[in-house]
Amino acid sequence: MTETQIPTEQRLDIRLSVNGVPHTTTVTPRRLLSDCLRHDLGLTGTHVGCEHGVCGACTVRVDGKPMRACLMFAVSAQGHEITTVEGLAEPDGTMHPVQQAFRECHGLQCGFCTPGFLTVVSAFLEENPTPTEEEAREAVSGNLCRCTGYQNIVKSVLRAAEITEERKGCAHAEGDAR
Amino acid sequence: MTTKMFGAPVQRTEDLRLLVGNGRYLDDLGEGAYEAAFVRSPHARARITGIDVTGALDVDGLIAIYTYEDLAGRVAEPLPLLIPHPALTHGRTAYPLAKEFVNHVGEAVVMVVATDRYLAEDACERITVEYEALPPVVGIENAFRADRLVHDDVPGNCAAHLVQEVGDAPAAIAAAPNRLELKLDIERSACMPMEGRGVYARWDAADESLRVYTSTQTSTGVRAAVAAKLDLPLDRVECVTPDVGGGFGVKIVHPWPEEILIPWAARLLDHEVKWTEDRREHFISAAHERGQLQTVRVGFDDDGRLLGLDVEILHDNGAYTPYGIIVPIITSTQLLGPYKPGAYRVDFRSLYTNTVIVTPYRGAGRPQGVFAMERAMDAIADHLGKDRTEVRAVNFIQPDEMPYDHGLLFQDGRPLIYDSGDFPGSLDALKKLVGWDEFEAYRAQARAEGRRVGIGVACYVEGTGVGPYEGGHVQVETTGKVVVATGLTSQGQGHQTVFAQIVADELGVPIEDVTVTTGDTRRFPYAVGTFASRAAVMSGNAIALAARNVKAKALRIAGEALEADPRDLEIVDGHVRVKGSPGASVALGTVAVLSNPLRYAFDEASKAATQLTGKADFSKPPVAEDDEPGLEGRDYYSPPTATFANGMHAVIVETDPDTAEIRILRYCVVHDCGHLINPMIVEGQVHGGVAQGVGGALYERMEYDEHGQLVNASFMDFLMPYASEVPKIEIDHLETPSPLNPLGIKGAGEAGVIPAAAVFASAIEDAEGFPITRMPIQPSELFHLRKRFAAGEIPALRRGADHAAGTHR
Repeated sequence: MTETQIPTEQRLDIRLSVNGVPHTTTVTPRRLLSDCLRHDLGLTGTHVGCEHGVCGACTVRVDGKPMRACLMFAVSAQGHEITTVEGLAEPDGTMHPVQQAFRECHGLQCGFCTPGFLTVVSAFLEENPTPTEEEAREAVSGNLCRCTGYQNIVKSVLRAAEITEERKGCAHAEGDAR
Repeated sequence: MTTKMFGAPVQRTEDLRLLVGNGRYLDDLGEGAYEAAFVRSPHARARITGIDVTGALDVDGLIAIYTYEDLAGRVAEPLPLLIPHPALTHGRTAYPLAKEFVNHVGEAVVMVVATDRYLAEDACERITVEYEALPPVVGIENAFRADRLVHDDVPGNCAAHLVQEVGDAPAAIAAAPNRLELKLDIERSACMPMEGRGVYARWDAADESLRVYTSTQTSTGVRAAVAAKLDLPLDRVECVTPDVGGGFGVKIVHPWPEEILIPWAARLLDHEVKWTEDRREHFISAAHERGQLQTVRVGFDDDGRLLGLDVEILHDNGAYTPYGIIVPIITSTQLLGPYKPGAYRVDFRSLYTNTVIVTPYRGAGRPQGVFAMERAMDAIADHLGKDRTEVRAVNFIQPDEMPYDHGLLFQDGRPLIYDSGDFPGSLDALKKLVGWDEFEAYRAQARAEGRRVGIGVACYVEGTGVGPYEGGHVQVETTGKVVVATGLTSQGQGHQTVFAQIVADELGVPIEDVTVTTGDTRRFPYAVGTFASRAAVMSGNAIALAARNVKAKALRIAGEALEADPRDLEIVDGHVRVKGSPGASVALGTVAVLSNPLRYAFDEASKAATQLTGKADFSKPPVAEDDEPGLEGRDYYSPPTATFANGMHAVIVETDPDTAEIRILRYCVVHDCGHLINPMIVEGQVHGGVAQGVGGALYERMEYDEHGQLVNASFMDFLMPYASEVPKIEIDHLETPSPLNPLGIKGAGEAGVIPAAAVFASAIEDAEGFPITRMPIQPSELFHLRKRFAAGEIPALRRGADHAAGTHR
């Protein structure tokens, strides 16, 4: 093969489980998970801000853990459970506490970085359901936002923790009433 | 009674979509479109001697390769110079694809279209461009020295030279009892929206029409530019702005080369084509701002009152001037801030360098202007041994002097006249908020603990709501739902919410019933754009006027139906009713049906309305001569001059005696943008602005090497603040309404960023005891300044000796 000849790219059939839904698609080995989610599966909620793993806009949850979808190949996501921003709300459409909190606290402006923050914060609160303000700030300090100045994002993290607690309280109350 | 929406912290209507992943940003559109990628220049200045594309021809999925030679008609001409100015004697713009010469790293040379972005990039890598590299002009001093020229036919690299004068400043300074001269240097930064630029075009061959989606701050501008360049009638081009992931100025430039090339290719290929910018492209081919060198000469009396101010500015405009000289014009006028300058002379030169173009970035020239003036204020205070706030106060324009005419021309070519403001009131509020008078006690306590702290203050006035106009259209549908359109765009500021708030109040309908469309030429074809903190002022007032027209018409029609005098009617909760007699009412949707004398009962509302037609007067036509069918209204707002918002910031910093790390302890803002439509959104705007200001003051600088290579063109290397770097921001509002517009509002979008570099310089020098004249200031720079100070290369502040005594040892 001379230098100018172009090898035919290998194409692989993969199965991805995204937001609990199985998908099959065909990708090249170099296809980024972010591009596969957005352009092959049509889940455009995950955004790409830098394509080099710094801004966090493309963050999804892989087996529950926040991961940069622009630093992962689609093929390597096979066999893992992926959650994108589209999968955060309840099946009946009830917003995830983090989504509700971001709305209440004006935690977003242009909204482009928001899905990355939502996936990160949803995972964080499962680990630390009662964060201090300092911990809340630390939790979101791997994601860039150019609009909000972060103040309302930090507020949103704290409010999301409250909403989660409130909802638990409601669920308990309903349980007691039964 | 309906709750009043104007002034309430209403949650945003945009958010429901954006939070669940249903936003529609540019790259979310155009499934199945061909995708473009660009071969961009690796040289800052070079002649193109050959382009060989053969290596790319076999790339699987390749559709087309275009170089300058392939461009035809007006697409082959240089891009437009958007805002000509008599002082811009040597305006130069780029070609959409480079013709013979490249003038900065990142300039587009070849466009590749393929079935997929990966393949388009593969093809780009296999294209060989041969260059004869030429020595570049990098840096303002080099540009001014002009040993080499960026454009051979531009002497002195000088695109524009403008002098504005009020009185004889040099004479006033020479005669003043006190004189100072400052040399200042401010950073080159960039907007860096999280979403880069992007364009997607669909050509309809049968209809010979084009629809362009672009991540822009001006849909009407792009539409007109594309129509002109592609030689299409305006009515054959539509421009739609989808959700825009931040703009901050960079997306007001139009047309970007790609905004012409992508639609051009879509028509040529008769297939949808899309381009989504990647981050490196954004760094090297979009736009930057801020870089200036300033010389400030000031004469003042023993109270610190300005007698004469003479400012010379060298402004770096990069390789081309497509957006004119708006930035240095703003710097040169807005640096006056809330002060009376005495005699004033400002002289700027806008200079070419072989770097990315410079166009407005949030604040647009104001941070540099405020830096010049506020550094001067601090220097005067230090010279006289006075409190920094005292010197400011003695120079303030007083509330009873409003409106205040500076005798200069502003960015819009109109007189620089402040409409309103209470600067002494703002300063009092700020001093209380930050605890200005108690700071010396705090400093002493900190010093005792071995800590070094400083406080800074900076004031600004921001021309907002510049004309010439915006329009609004408000229509009540037969369902009672209200659809609103304005031509200007939104890039995350919450326009859909605030405009809905205005309509809800003006029309008396629930806000849930109001939907707002922005930046879609199909819905509203006349507009200017979203920049200069003008959206709320311009479109907000236009929409209010349009809603008032609709209300008047609704009352007239309902008056006929209810057999009541329209003056006795009111609209509450979407129903027109007789005041004091809520029983007699008609739904606004029904009024909409009545407004359109069609006799088809499409739905329940129209069926109900056909029962209400009342007595017909057969001597008149169903639609009167001076009337139109439909319950809708359109209006425009066009102000004589800009509104002027203002504010003051104070910051307390702590500088580490060993590492020179700068820590922000408090950040306080007093902000006056007239009446607040939505305080939650205004505060969000201030927060965001301050964060970008923190970036500009402490972290962000475009680092060019001597070859014109941008060596930090990634998010890894260009440091923007994360949550860990932005302090909690404490805000107090003053509301001095603008007398210029019906809603009494002023813009708020850029305020937060404007005084940030100045306020940090003020605080850091207060902590360190020597003057700070260059921003941004990173720990390493502060560390080196300390060493130079210790070596006697930098003079101490007069007050510095006392302040720093405890900690410098």
